Amino acid sequence: MKYVDEYRDGTLARRVADRIAAEVQPGRRYHFMEFCGGHTHAIARYGLIELLPPALRMIHGPGCPVCVLPIGRIDQAISLALDRDVILCTYADTMRVPASESLSLMRAKAQGADIRMVYSAADALQLARQHPEREVVFFAIGFETTTPPTALVLRQARDEALANFSVLCCHVLTPAAITHIMDSAQAPDSGGLSLDGFVGPAHVSIVIGSDPYAQFARDYRQPVVIAGFEPLDVMQAILMLVRQVNEGRAEVENEFTRAVSPGGNQAAQAVMREVFELRESFEWRGLGEVPLSALRIRPEFAAWDAEARFGLNYRSVPDHKKCECGAILRGVKAPSDCTLFGTVCTPENPMGSCMVSSEGACAAHYTYGRFRDIPVVAAQAT
Amino acid sequence: MCLALPARVVSLEDGQQAVVELGGVRKRVSLALTPEAREGDYVIVHVGHAIGLVDPEEAEATLALMAGLEVLR
Repeated sequence: MKYVDEYRDGTLARRVADRIAAEVQPGRRYHFMEFCGGHTHAIARYGLIELLPPALRMIHGPGCPVCVLPIGRIDQAISLALDRDVILCTYADTMRVPASESLSLMRAKAQGADIRMVYSAADALQLARQHPEREVVFFAIGFETTTPPTALVLRQARDEALANFSVLCCHVLTPAAITHIMDSAQAPDSGGLSLDGFVGPAHVSIVIGSDPYAQFARDYRQPVVIAGFEPLDVMQAILMLVRQVNEGRAEVENEFTRAVSPGGNQAAQAVMREVFELRESFEWRGLGEVPLSALRIRPEFAAWDAEARFGLNYRSVPDHKKCECGAILRGVKAPSDCTLFGTVCTPENPMGSCMVSSEGACAAHYTYGRFRDIPVVAAQAT
Repeated sequence: MCLALPARVVSLEDGQQAVVELGGVRKRVSLALTPEAREGDYVIVHVGHAIGLVDPEEAEATLALMAGLEVLR
């Protein structure tokens, strides 16, 4: 596949790795956070950790929409499907996220709720057209990559005056979450998180551009390199971060120039502005309430806003007591620090959200890295 | 969740739609967010929508950078 395979070339990856190893300075440490679950997944799947020198550590960030979706929001979707008899449409990623009362959308479906997995927001709209006698709700989650398609269907629903379609909007914003992480890394009680640089989002940045990251380089003195999601992209971005650290620079650099421009996708930003406005605050799993970190549907579109239409109230629900997803999402703990990891909590039966999506730090480590935690011991000859 | 893949635009259709091809698979996607896309362009497809275009020159330059041929940039 063009523009995919060439960025997975192992020989080139080793060459970049050699350069990283040669340029890492003795006695210096390099702690970089990859914000996106897509990068977390690439690092785990392609074994990039094995290619990096020991002084360099990758810390997984909160950029996995499924992982940061709080239980209270899943509860809202489940109650719409179970108690209000709607057709609830959702991306497959949210189906297995654990919610209250040992439920998930998958289990609610097993109890008879009409929950449909869709590939696109447009498919949910089409279901509403086909079932005028039913209420159809699209449970919309995701970062800026996923938000413009939701904005398009809301505009389309208004243009068609579609009376039985609405959206439960849980879209969240990347820069607000990065601000939160940077603030907590600089706080005296950071819990052990300290950062020397940041691998910036790939596909989010196609939409918002590279300009919004300038504040992090400037205000927090953090090097930022925007990187594509293929393994070579990640390796090249790490090399660029090492060079920034070595040279004492804190700039925004763009490794993913083949798709990301400074200003981003203007058409996508325009439709998002037309349909959505900022929420004063939104709860993130792991990060808690984060100000100005999410979008809600503008009053002009209230007829298609499921929160307004069904009079939904948000109720915060605490995570499982032993679950370390919160600390893992803040970058202060690793999956193997959690006592539930790989025992009670597995991808087949996730207790915490980081084990649900393949981009979650726990699921990625469980699938591709858990045997690295076990030291290799040669069998004794008898 | 932010998974997206580059696919070639095979043909433009009415209503801001296009057929794209990726690894031999053809699919109809929306070009509402990338109205500038033309036949032969590579678009980045996410949940049934092209969210951006691939710049072929930048793609080459990045590969050259990775190969250590930084003078070419």
